[in-house]
Amino acid sequence: MNGQLLEVNGLKKYFKVGSRKLLKAVDDVSFQIRRGETLGLVGESGCGKTTVGRTLVRIYEPDAGKILFDGQDITGLNRRQSKEMTKRMQMIFQDPYASLNAFYTVGEIIGEGLDIHRIYPTKKDREARILELLEMVGLHRDHINRFPHEFSGGQRQRVGIARALALNPEFIVCDEAISALDVSIQAQIINMLMQFQQEMGLTYLFIAHDLSMVRHISTRTAVMYVGTIVEYGDTEEIYQHPLHPYTRGLLSAVPTANPDYERTHKRILMEGEVPSPINPGTGCRFAARCPYADAKCRLELPPLKEAAANHRVACHKVS
Amino acid sequence: MEANKKSIITAADFVRIADKEKKKEDIVRPGMSYWANVLRKMVTNKIAVICFIYTMIIIGFAILAPILSPYNYDTTALTEGNLSPNSTHWFGTDTVGRDLWTRVWVGARVSLLIGLFGSIVPEIVGILVGGIAGYFGGWVDMVIMRIIDVGICIPSLVYVTMLMLFMGAGPVTIILALALTGWMGSARSVRGRIMQFKNREFVLASRALGGSPFRLIFKDILPNIMGQIVVGITSGIPQAIFMEAYLSFIGMGVQSPMTSWGQLSQTGVNVFRIYPYQLYIPSIIISLTILVFYIFGNCLRDALDPKLGN
Amino acid sequence: MEERLLTVNDLKVSFRTYAGEVQAVRGISFYLNKGETLAVVGESGCGKSVSMQSVMRLLPDKYAMVKSGSVTFKEENILSKTDKEMEHYRGNELAMIFQDSMTALNPTMRVGRQMSEGIRKHRKMSPGEAKKLAVEMLGEVGLPNPEQLFYRYPHTLSGGQRQRVMIAMAISLKPGILFADEPTTALDVTMQAQILDIMNELKDHTDMAIILITHDLGVVARMADRIAVMYAGQIVETGTARQIFYEPKHPYTWGLLGAMPDMKQARSTKMYSIPGNPPDLFAPPPGCTFASRCAYCMKACVKESPAGMKVSEGHLANCWLLDERSPVTRPPEGVIPAPSADGLDMSGEWEGFT
Repeated sequence: MNGQLLEVNGLKKYFKVGSRKLLKAVDDVSFQIRRGETLGLVGESGCGKTTVGRTLVRIYEPDAGKILFDGQDITGLNRRQSKEMTKRMQMIFQDPYASLNAFYTVGEIIGEGLDIHRIYPTKKDREARILELLEMVGLHRDHINRFPHEFSGGQRQRVGIARALALNPEFIVCDEAISALDVSIQAQIINMLMQFQQEMGLTYLFIAHDLSMVRHISTRTAVMYVGTIVEYGDTEEIYQHPLHPYTRGLLSAVPTANPDYERTHKRILMEGEVPSPINPGTGCRFAARCPYADAKCRLELPPLKEAAANHRVACHKVS
Repeated sequence: MEANKKSIITAADFVRIADKEKKKEDIVRPGMSYWANVLRKMVTNKIAVICFIYTMIIIGFAILAPILSPYNYDTTALTEGNLSPNSTHWFGTDTVGRDLWTRVWVGARVSLLIGLFGSIVPEIVGILVGGIAGYFGGWVDMVIMRIIDVGICIPSLVYVTMLMLFMGAGPVTIILALALTGWMGSARSVRGRIMQFKNREFVLASRALGGSPFRLIFKDILPNIMGQIVVGITSGIPQAIFMEAYLSFIGMGVQSPMTSWGQLSQTGVNVFRIYPYQLYIPSIIISLTILVFYIFGNCLRDALDPKLGN
Repeated sequence: MEERLLTVNDLKVSFRTYAGEVQAVRGISFYLNKGETLAVVGESGCGKSVSMQSVMRLLPDKYAMVKSGSVTFKEENILSKTDKEMEHYRGNELAMIFQDSMTALNPTMRVGRQMSEGIRKHRKMSPGEAKKLAVEMLGEVGLPNPEQLFYRYPHTLSGGQRQRVMIAMAISLKPGILFADEPTTALDVTMQAQILDIMNELKDHTDMAIILITHDLGVVARMADRIAVMYAGQIVETGTARQIFYEPKHPYTWGLLGAMPDMKQARSTKMYSIPGNPPDLFAPPPGCTFASRCAYCMKACVKESPAGMKVSEGHLANCWLLDERSPVTRPPEGVIPAPSADGLDMSGEWEGFT
């Protein structure tokens, strides 16, 4: 309904560190993704974006909050129901070297999902599907019996993508899917992902730290900082009129491939470091580094509220 | 500096090559699979090859020598007792006239089989238990680890003695005793490795595809720790052989007339001062075999390490 | 006034492996003047790290062979120096910082001691004097409480702090050249900006020259005076920053620029991408190594490897397209950034402020 394929409300995921400390990786995160669109999730290390992605595909179980997929509440599913859901939600991982099991051939890796769900009972049909997937991602039919280490990083990532597509999912979490690749290969893979989105009506959650790539592929963007979303809305709106001080600092820090611009534009200097998500305080997570923070900011976590059309910000200071 | 190089290019060469039929997604360089690399490293290691040849010889004799020998291992001939090694009795005879050559190789069968099963069985148990503990973690892991922590402190002799009371001495008892004590060490190391691999991305990918824990442990993680398991087995064999020798030597292992290397050492020590060969021969063979297996295990461990010597 | 510090001429380096000889660096030539930043750009496997490590003579002779070429630093032939003589240069006049600060620092030694040891190796100083210099350097790189930080262990510091410590160590003895091998790749964007600012400031103060190895064109645009683009062990194009970004001539450079989505470009335009993968350096093809992936490949390209053709003063490119006999070729649409200072202007006061 409403074309919302995925709706996440108040998602929380905490990890115990030692006996007393709590790592609040994801702390009350909410967003929606419409069918056929891409939500870009950006932030620096420790912001929790990878945890969000993994919680969606049930690698982690959420500690609080609700996840609605196509109108159906999938937060409390049992094992069997979870397994059914994997046919609709899949994930592409970051490291092309670690995400493929070195002991199996490419064909076996791609066909793993087919085997788990027993989709093609006949060997011939199964192989036909695997070959189809191989060619779809731009690899050669002959590669089916080769091992991962015989391929380059970009090719391995294609295998990972073929594996994710094998079950015909509707929704794919791309967890830093291009970060470990060379720049020219990144362009190939991004083009391919966008092509598949158009052809197959896929919906993506694109998790990345490369802001320019996110802008290229995402319809909407959410900026995370230490477990919370600080800014959320239409991609172009956010990139052109960033409102949250952190987003402004972040966009300002990204180097652009344009020497004239780089040499002349004034940058917002953001001092300090990203704080730890272990036992954060009650206030705004950015308060310690924010030049505009006051007492209220340090005590009270600001809620995400509408500041402009399709543009929400979590900041007490934004009118 | 390029000035002297004559260019072979002419004006006619400046035409676009249309759509080259180039295999752009070529595999860069077909490398060797992991196991092929392991094999290569072992085969080029002279010491490993020597150990392997020795093992093959011992196994060969263990199988063939008793069959080809004109003597039985338990045929006594009291008139021919205590003969030094000669042309009819290559290893001599023992006190009651039994041919030692045959006895040594029959004993080899027993010792080697105990070595093999005494190593494989605990390893398998260890994999199952360690796999469950490592994968599920939480209280399952805690309970299992505490059991291991206590169990591993009890010396194996205690278990053997208790088993002997129930089952009597013999090779099966020894294997059971080894299984009871040996699984704990391998369970610990398997558990550790599984915990390492549990969060690797290829395992997470299988989870995301709907894989069951069983599938994840045995199909995904296990091949990656196979190397460690193989090394565990090959170093378990000399340990098991030594265990058997030790137990038989103190009279709690293989009993006469059935023989094993340890058993032979035990009878040999009785007459050591007068007929030293009866102790030397089995002891040397035991020591040599154990040494060879240990060295082979070390070479194998190095070969299985993907970071060394590729 | 330009003063030549480093000249590298036709350097060739190969590795011996059990499978044969890998030609990692296949004849590169470049120079570096005092006070300038040369960025060496390329993707993984292009040979940029190996080249610079060869210049510093850091590669073990057992596996790496310098097959030919010359490296001249301040008029001295570096390649002919013995290991002992090189020790005088490394850490002193030639300093290097790496991508992974955790492995570059000794985890069992306090930070200050590592710095003092390095300093005293090259200068006759008492421990007290060395400490004073070290603390001063830690302050230079923007670390708070340098007196206290002197006594800390590396693992108690964050990634950004460790990287600053590495820079402080490297510049303590005022090196002539700082080699920075992907110094900010492992850092967050905001930390990266701070580190790059520090490097620029240091360069302004001390006249130090920097060789910056990276794959990030944004970093290059911010830092570089001149750029060398490497592919498959060769420098395919070299020039000033403005020449490379606004007037690139080599199709590989076009590919690199095209792979960076312009922050101003709207979404859903397909990015210009180069098909295929980098070549195998066991047996490089006789012609241009980029030919198999080049959309503009000509017969000449597969027959013979093009030598550095002059585009303009200081701008060279290895491409047959520049030969006068080749047809006029224009780079693909939208790949080259427009020379302008327009962009997201964050300098104004923040309007949302209440």
